[in-house]
Amino acid sequence: MPKLFSGAEIVFKCLEDQDVSHIFGYPGGAVLPIYDELKNHNSVKHILVRHEQGAGHAAEGYARSTGKPGVVLVTSGPGATNVVTALTDAYMDSVPLVCISGQVPTHLIGTDAFQECDTTGITRPCTKHNWLVKDINDLAEIMHKAFEVATTGRPGPVLVDIPKDIQFQKAPYKKFKRKSKSNGASHNNFSQESINELINLMSKATKPIFYTGGGVINSGPKASELLRELVYTTGFPITTTLQGLGSFPGDDNQFLGMLGMHGTYEANNAMYECDLMINIGARFDDRITGKIDEFSPKSKKVHIDIDPSSINKNVKVDLAIVGDVKSVITSTLKTLKKSKPNFIKSNKQKTSKWWEKIQKWRSKRSLDYIGSEETIKPQYAIERLYEFTKDKDTFITTEVGQHQMWAAQHYKFNKPNRWMTSGGLGTMGYGLPAAVGVQIAHPQKLVIDIAGEASVLMTMQEMSTAVQYSLPIKIFILNNEYMGMVRQWQELLHDKNYSESYTAALPDFVQMAEAYGCVGIRAKTPEELDDKIIEMLNTDRPVIFDCLVDKQENCFPMIPSGKPHNQMILGPKDKEQNKITGKGRTLV
Amino acid sequence: MPKSKSAYSFAGKKEKLDTHIIVVWVDNEAGVLARVVGLFSGRGYNIESLAVAEIDQKLNISRITIVTTGTPQVVDQIKLQLKKLVPVHKVADFKREDKNVIFKEMALFKFVGTNGKIDKAISACKKYNAVILDSTNRSKVVQITALRREIDKMANDLKKYGLISISRTGAVAMTRGEKVFK
Repeated sequence: MPKLFSGAEIVFKCLEDQDVSHIFGYPGGAVLPIYDELKNHNSVKHILVRHEQGAGHAAEGYARSTGKPGVVLVTSGPGATNVVTALTDAYMDSVPLVCISGQVPTHLIGTDAFQECDTTGITRPCTKHNWLVKDINDLAEIMHKAFEVATTGRPGPVLVDIPKDIQFQKAPYKKFKRKSKSNGASHNNFSQESINELINLMSKATKPIFYTGGGVINSGPKASELLRELVYTTGFPITTTLQGLGSFPGDDNQFLGMLGMHGTYEANNAMYECDLMINIGARFDDRITGKIDEFSPKSKKVHIDIDPSSINKNVKVDLAIVGDVKSVITSTLKTLKKSKPNFIKSNKQKTSKWWEKIQKWRSKRSLDYIGSEETIKPQYAIERLYEFTKDKDTFITTEVGQHQMWAAQHYKFNKPNRWMTSGGLGTMGYGLPAAVGVQIAHPQKLVIDIAGEASVLMTMQEMSTAVQYSLPIKIFILNNEYMGMVRQWQELLHDKNYSESYTAALPDFVQMAEAYGCVGIRAKTPEELDDKIIEMLNTDRPVIFDCLVDKQENCFPMIPSGKPHNQMILGPKDKEQNKITGKGRTLV
Repeated sequence: MPKSKSAYSFAGKKEKLDTHIIVVWVDNEAGVLARVVGLFSGRGYNIESLAVAEIDQKLNISRITIVTTGTPQVVDQIKLQLKKLVPVHKVADFKREDKNVIFKEMALFKFVGTNGKIDKAISACKKYNAVILDSTNRSKVVQITALRREIDKMANDLKKYGLISISRTGAVAMTRGEKVFK
């Protein structure tokens, strides 16, 4: 007779076999047997959040900064529905999450029991897959399958719904045998011919560009190293998406900055004018492409992606290579070195005109802004923050809005997994709990949430979590009292009708910090900003930094809605200069 | 072009729609049909008809046949998205015009009225493999198998002969000859 384990014990045995060291959760009636079992498993540390959405985003931050799956434990009904936003966010941004939810006992399912909801029904469209465990004998297999689905191919969230009676029932547990490194390998579906074709296109191109995304980061740190090698070997320019920041050094000369709606002038114009676009691990998102009919009209397009359904979804491509980024770049480099050892030399001549053009676009300095000595410009605040933290291996999370775009534009990343932001879903309130998760995974590192005052109020309660676990996260709020991005769109698109985008009764963030038991710092003028930032960095406790910034500042450059890449609006600084030349008019 | 009041782009030009028959082999487990149908509704794909039943009790496999319309790009997306679902084993796609594939739908017609009228109806049904399943003095239930548009036409034409109730399945499909879709 094999030894029998309860469902709750099996859950932990699976977590242990999957090397899970932290779970983020919140107890409730339908998961109490699992919480009861927690005390017997020292290797799994539970982080108690203040709201289940916070658990989900914290697990996302944990996953993105480590490359390991984040694990969430919630109760039935409201516990499960509260985590839906985080699951959807993880689904959009390809973050591996395993969410375990309690469910009412099997015999009560379908009776509208207390705290019952159709969890698998609700989460079906926002997970890669989900399971309702109806038989204790299936539990272990489902748990391990859940980890496999979440972490292989294009990563994403999964959910396992476990009724309370199943958590009590007993079954044997077979020791889990990890399959030999299956991650990615089974998803490589490309031929040497397609690699040869890619190199053929590369050697013919006179105006090439790499356009890379979060897929490079999801493929592991090695993929980012290989990407650098590929970019240096070819001498091509590179632009990355919001999620791709960090895969290539942000201060390198070959880097054109981020592209897309608030991308740089040089990146977007290069995308428009190029004759060869090599998309590595990005998905032609609508914030990237602008008007799709006029998207990069003159280029041959190559798309390298692990997810076959990403190919030709938004933009038709000429060459598709389905596979793990790391494997595809490895093959490409190998073939390139063998067949064209002098590629960069022979190519320099060919692309020299292209680089001249790019320099011209660059000289527009599209991220410039008009400085001020009276008020803190938000861009200036991020520049200063960058100067003081760039040598510290800093991890940055953000909320969603203007501050997020300014952070993406002005903070320069040099390593992957250092930048956690909600791109696809655009979830306000993501950054604070994500910072909690990042700090749990990297207790000795500097973790900063670049925030807006509106976003941060959505998940502010997680400051209490940060204090409980002594997580010295820094919440750097660019406070303009507006939902800045909403205000900006209202200014540009809705005749300055600022409908409901001003928050009239904001809390005093410094006092709020003190109420939570952390440290509050306020900066009001550019003059005192540096000292205050240094004070924040020298504080070994959680800090809420209330940075009072210019209330009217807009985020530029910008591709207006329904416009292609070559019709960007530049910032006020450019307009000032162009009054003299009059050239700027054609750009608006 | 009107001034945009949206942060999103305008819809592009409309492309031609084709009708396709998508056949999906899935594990017959709870919720699997909801996953497939939810994918269609969630991503805004059409479903013209749907037929589903278990085809292998031992392996626990069901076969779902979906008739849909879309641009070539959308139909490709449908196939690729379906293949990503965990319980999906394989996905086949046939164009409605494909001569190498048989498409059939079944319909049950109930006629009520005089014998003379009903007999006329039944003879009209003859060319569609008519089978009389139930018969009384005043009524008959007839089963026919045919293409969708043929059933549409019959349903319309036979009203005058006392057709009072129609029940029909979605299309099912199978390739001609020895070939099997792998």
